[in-house]
Amino acid sequence: MSILLLILAILPIVAGIIIKIMFVPAVEGISVTGAHIFFTIDLPLGGLPITESQVNSWLVILSLFFFCLFLTHDLKTKDISKRQVIAEWIVEAVDKMVLKNMGDFFMGFGPFIAAIMGLSAMTSLMSVVGLFPATSDINVVGGWAILVFFVITYYKLKAGILVYLKGFTEPVAFFAPVNVASEFATPFSMAFRHYGNVLSGSIISVLIASVLGALSNLVFQWLPEPLSSIEFFRIGLPAIFSIYFDLFSGCLQAFIFAMLTMLYVSNGFPQDEYFKRKALKHAKENKK
Amino acid sequence: MLELAIGLILGGCAIGAGIAMIAGFGPGIGEGQAVAAACEAIGRQPESQSAVTTTMLMGCAVAETTGLYSFVIALLLIFLAPGRFVNILLKALGKM
Repeated sequence: MSILLLILAILPIVAGIIIKIMFVPAVEGISVTGAHIFFTIDLPLGGLPITESQVNSWLVILSLFFFCLFLTHDLKTKDISKRQVIAEWIVEAVDKMVLKNMGDFFMGFGPFIAAIMGLSAMTSLMSVVGLFPATSDINVVGGWAILVFFVITYYKLKAGILVYLKGFTEPVAFFAPVNVASEFATPFSMAFRHYGNVLSGSIISVLIASVLGALSNLVFQWLPEPLSSIEFFRIGLPAIFSIYFDLFSGCLQAFIFAMLTMLYVSNGFPQDEYFKRKALKHAKENKK
Repeated sequence: MLELAIGLILGGCAIGAGIAMIAGFGPGIGEGQAVAAACEAIGRQPESQSAVTTTMLMGCAVAETTGLYSFVIALLLIFLAPGRFVNILLKALGKM
């Protein structure tokens, strides 16, 4: 059973590689291209293009789903298995982080934060196996940022709409337009930060690869014919830079996205007003 | 004449992209100061290393935002804007 689930978790990644080999045309030389559009569905309001980033992010979702099932199926209370230890460690670490950054009231946020973090990290890490990282498409990250924006606004509205509107007039009413603008700047800056970091990493990787190719042509041109056309510097060396740009940067951006989500939600929530309101309601009900 | 106009558009877009990336100064200086302050803090209190590192990474990420805005604008100027502007020019001349 667990072997089957593990295979199901790896299968989407393999499927992504096969789809890329079969349907995405090979790039001539060194160039920076966006997501490949597989086909377009005609809808009344205009075409809906199905792109590489959509397909890849769905594959990541499937893979993570089966990986979570693999970790959490068949849980026990006594003599636990290794994967249960890993699952418990992940849950405890995320819960501890949420408690530290958001406080008691938001303890239910653990799964949401873990989902955002895992999805973002796995999507960025797709570039390690040579697939198009969906996070370097502004539409994917923009969707996440809009979702986070709705969550933030929902928690700001928890203490009533008057408190929410009053928050815009702080510190003085004169600042209201600036505050409204900064409200909408939050999802923009979150989306652009994540997307820009991943995309700039992949562009710099391409540039490094091209420079190394030119350099090895220059250095090894004295070799006889079949050897001189091999670009020796491009074997292995770009992978060293890729440790930073793909592994470290991808995971760091996932962590920062989750961290900013936690901070924005817990900072935007008007805690004092909410509890005051709750106490008032409670008192009214008791009177009845 | 048309070639000259298109050439001017392409050159203008390239120069604009270069100017946009001047904004890379700001995050560089800011992040450098943040890291310097973090190093100082760790040197003073080595036991607070993990907390300081986490906060520093967060601050660096936020400070990087303006640089990334300029990067996105440079990308748009290189990959998207030339085609758009040339199309507008050709449409205005009635050659499309």
